[in-house]
Amino acid sequence: MVTIPIGHGLIVAGILFILGLVGVLTRRNIVFILLSLEIMLNAAGLAFVVAGSRWQQPDGQIMFFFILTMAAAEVSVGLALVLQLHQRFKTLDADAASNMHG
Amino acid sequence: MANFPFYFTAAIAILATLLVVTRLNAVHALLYLIVSLIAVAMIFFLLGAPFVAALEVIIYAGAIMVLFVFVIMMLNLGHQSVEQEHVWYSPRAWAGPSVIAVLLLAEFILIIARHGGATTSANEIGPRATGIALFSTYLLGVELSSMLLLAGLVGAYHLGRRHQPYESVKGEP
Repeated sequence: MVTIPIGHGLIVAGILFILGLVGVLTRRNIVFILLSLEIMLNAAGLAFVVAGSRWQQPDGQIMFFFILTMAAAEVSVGLALVLQLHQRFKTLDADAASNMHG
Repeated sequence: MANFPFYFTAAIAILATLLVVTRLNAVHALLYLIVSLIAVAMIFFLLGAPFVAALEVIIYAGAIMVLFVFVIMMLNLGHQSVEQEHVWYSPRAWAGPSVIAVLLLAEFILIIARHGGATTSANEIGPRATGIALFSTYLLGVELSSMLLLAGLVGAYHLGRRHQPYESVKGEP
């Protein structure tokens, strides 16, 4: 029976979150931006589960469950937006949609 | 070194995520992201959360990633898809993810062989405790998340329709 130190688990979650954040900030392909968002949501869920495991409460896992639901809804809407962007501008560059046609 | 499996899995997760962010090809990035999600599921298992580990594999690595694959395939219909497929699924593309996935599988088999299917964590929270808390304390949250999923469904349907020119829509009552 082993216990994983909470600090190490949180450090892993932090590294994953920062990698996702770097992806969102540096990539301009909108599919990669969505993928990086998924990485960030997943890292946040990992932090919840690590904390829940430390205090032996199921609440952390339930928070992960809600994050999972939110990620599923966000991805379906986001990918529909990707399809629209591709239809209108024939590109996946996020900067192509930076102007509003008021 | 009782915690070695955790550090090994964490290193794999970070490596795979780093490769996701730096890939140029969307399908290659997806393959590495699936490996990264499976590694995170392995971390959940080691932390003593088997229910969430199963959900991560089924919903994240299964359903959500399949959505991504569908959309990437749809975006590419017009071009020379067959040549594109050859480039995407060349042996070099899937060799990296499969090597990492085999490493994870070997670790998983080793743990199961040594501990007989139980999680190795000292503070395991099984599916039973999670389910009881989910449907008693957090019942309102479950209802709200069902509404969120419904809103996501309607929103995706509305946004995913083919774009019609403004004039043709204007003529309708």
